[in-house]
Amino acid sequence: MNNTFLKIKNATAAPLASVPLVSFAEFRDAVKQAVQEHSMRVASFFAMPEENGDHRMTVVLCGDNTDLLYLLSFRAGRRYPALTADMPQFHWFEREIAEQYGIVPENHPWLKPIRFHRTLDNAPDAWGRTDAPTAGVTDYFRMQGTAAHEVAVGPVHAGVIEPGHFRFQCMGENVYSLEIELGYQHRGIEKMLLGGPDKKTQHFMETAAGDTTVASATTYARIMEALCGCTVPGRAQAIRALALELERIANHTGDCGALAGDVAFLPTASYCGRIRGEYLNMTAEICGNRFGRNLVIPGGVQFDIPQTMSEKLLAWLDRIRPELFHALDLFFDTPSVLDRFENTGTVSKEDARAIGLVGVAGRACGLGMDTRQSHPDGGYQLRPIQPLRPANALTGDVLSRAAVRYGEIRHSERYVRDWLKALPEGDVCTELASTPAPDMIAVAITEAWRGELCHTAVTDKNGKFRRYKIVDPSFHNWFGLALALRGQQISDFPICNKSFNLSYCGHDL
Amino acid sequence: MNSQTGCWAVSALLSLLLAPLLPGIINRVKAFFAGRRGPSFFQLYYDIAKLLKKGCVYSSTATPILRLAPAAGLAALLAGVLLMPFGMNSSPFAFTGDILLFIYLLGFSRISGVLAALDTGSSFEGMGASREMQFSALAEGAFLAVTGFLVILTGKFSLTETLNGFTFGAWSYSGTAMLLIAAAFFLVMLAESCRVPFDDPETHLELTMIHEAMILDYGGPDLALILYGASLKLWLLASFFVLLILPCGMTSTWLNTAIYFVSVGFTAVMIGVVESVMARFRFLKVPQFINAATALAVLAIIFMIVFGEVA
Repeated sequence: MNNTFLKIKNATAAPLASVPLVSFAEFRDAVKQAVQEHSMRVASFFAMPEENGDHRMTVVLCGDNTDLLYLLSFRAGRRYPALTADMPQFHWFEREIAEQYGIVPENHPWLKPIRFHRTLDNAPDAWGRTDAPTAGVTDYFRMQGTAAHEVAVGPVHAGVIEPGHFRFQCMGENVYSLEIELGYQHRGIEKMLLGGPDKKTQHFMETAAGDTTVASATTYARIMEALCGCTVPGRAQAIRALALELERIANHTGDCGALAGDVAFLPTASYCGRIRGEYLNMTAEICGNRFGRNLVIPGGVQFDIPQTMSEKLLAWLDRIRPELFHALDLFFDTPSVLDRFENTGTVSKEDARAIGLVGVAGRACGLGMDTRQSHPDGGYQLRPIQPLRPANALTGDVLSRAAVRYGEIRHSERYVRDWLKALPEGDVCTELASTPAPDMIAVAITEAWRGELCHTAVTDKNGKFRRYKIVDPSFHNWFGLALALRGQQISDFPICNKSFNLSYCGHDL
Repeated sequence: MNSQTGCWAVSALLSLLLAPLLPGIINRVKAFFAGRRGPSFFQLYYDIAKLLKKGCVYSSTATPILRLAPAAGLAALLAGVLLMPFGMNSSPFAFTGDILLFIYLLGFSRISGVLAALDTGSSFEGMGASREMQFSALAEGAFLAVTGFLVILTGKFSLTETLNGFTFGAWSYSGTAMLLIAAAFFLVMLAESCRVPFDDPETHLELTMIHEAMILDYGGPDLALILYGASLKLWLLASFFVLLILPCGMTSTWLNTAIYFVSVGFTAVMIGVVESVMARFRFLKVPQFINAATALAVLAIIFMIVFGEVA
């Protein structure tokens, strides 16, 4: 492949100057070749203001066949021709940039704000607005005709869930189009991270998406370790990987239970709800918090797992395992449940690749991505995780997404056991060698339970964050849910939604 | 007043009192299957008592239909109560042809809810109303086929005489037909009373609701009437189911009455079991299953005519 890109390993840093800064045409052609011919996907794409008022646009590409991350930049003024036209997976990123820095991607097919906030530098945004917009107040896609009707759901929902607005264009029970509007959870994390790291940074990372705390904190820690030059002890890496897999098991279990609840299949719903708590409590056993807060910090982890605790956790896993798989098997063996899930909310493999689905949703469409395999880091380098065995007949429907979760629960459970039986000896934390190096760019990717979580940090000449870009897996996947609903029954929306179970706050930041 | 009428009056009053117990029983059975303790058997009584103390809020765009509907719906059901031979005792209000009146009293109760739902102008309630009408139109056919069976079996035209008008003989001569008709009515009962697998009374997901979507705008005493009405409707349908199965065989009316109440409770347990072991149908499947109920009922009629012995 061409040598236009800077190629670095996962969780490493490079001088910002080493990222090639090319013309837009060169940039577009190189990225297009990588995406279309080498099946790479856009892990991150962001703008960063420069001193002369222009913006430096940087892309991070990630592929299944290489353990390298590909970086490339171009300089943009106020406008540039949208990349979405050639590569649909850019569409959400370009909308984000238009909103964050007011750079207009010309001929973008659906240029609307995604989070409804002021630009990061308080300049006018791509729509010429300088005031703070109200979330959800915008024009929506509408279907004309007397038989067409519109159903609006949210942002306030029945049930304790996060806010999001869903507009359905329906004919009777059939959905023709779904538009998802988010931004209600926007807290301005990326803006608050500028000038960091400071005391609050760790907190922002852990609360970017509360159910992804371990993955988020680990990714941030890897960024800091790359920028500061620090070797993390093996024991700490193992505990991080272990906690990350516990997080995955807990969330997948909860999701399977929630799916059962939505089709009114009670036994699995109740059991999985409780068993999810067991896995959360295991994390709490390690660090005192069910979601793993304060566990992972730059330099290592704050809590060790002594021998007695390993044994206790192993016995605990042994006790829960039969209950969990009994509840899940019951669910997957009940014809009325399978009937609801099969051929519901299907996203084709081609669409999934084109819009850049990641994680569970991507794997359910038959895409074989898993960054623990392709870009192993930390604990996954010390103890490679077995390749995920794809479930049979993955067609991208609700059943496939449920089946992928089921497989990952088994897979992760085994991995956690392996670590608990043989944790490396040594310390669990080291001091960071120094403050972050100046004028560097660092990229870290972690396979969070929803999919790959990508952090990119750029430091200024004082070693402070000039830009810190977080790309939550939900950011890639929300549009997948909208696609999944096309041509479906509106009453199947809840199970489609649960089968993706995307994060609102992780997207809104 | 003879002892039959006295027994009927006591049973009818007890039925009115005990109706909110049925959802309690169903929920406890479901909780048992789910490994939970579940809410109290009397939860619905508490809910109704709580709601009756509250005030109502009405949309300013709604018409008086919204306020009338809960009372109208319940009134229709109460009229239906007068025709039902509770505890296998003849209803003193029975008359020839009241079987059709009974079905359409249930229908009236439903249509008042549907009109109120449309009155709110909410997209959820409109969806709920449209689904309710689509499915109930089909369920009505199945219900009529079941009553058709009873009329042919007994040669009578009132609810009392048809439900009480056959003996053990019906099971021995037309056992298959009786079994089919019981299955058919069980499906009708689940569909009409908005239970899983046709509807899910527990769901909070507006987009999947049928009956629940139609009452989203109600609160306070109105909601109390609706909740009570729903439990009463379930009681009526469960009674129909029990009387459809049980021949009026015992010599003692009090023993008949006791068997009736135990059976209604047992029906609630059965509903609870069904709800626990299966998922809800997708909407496209619902009409198929209601049509299956109709087909079973028609098959039962054919079996009885061809092989059975008409009483």
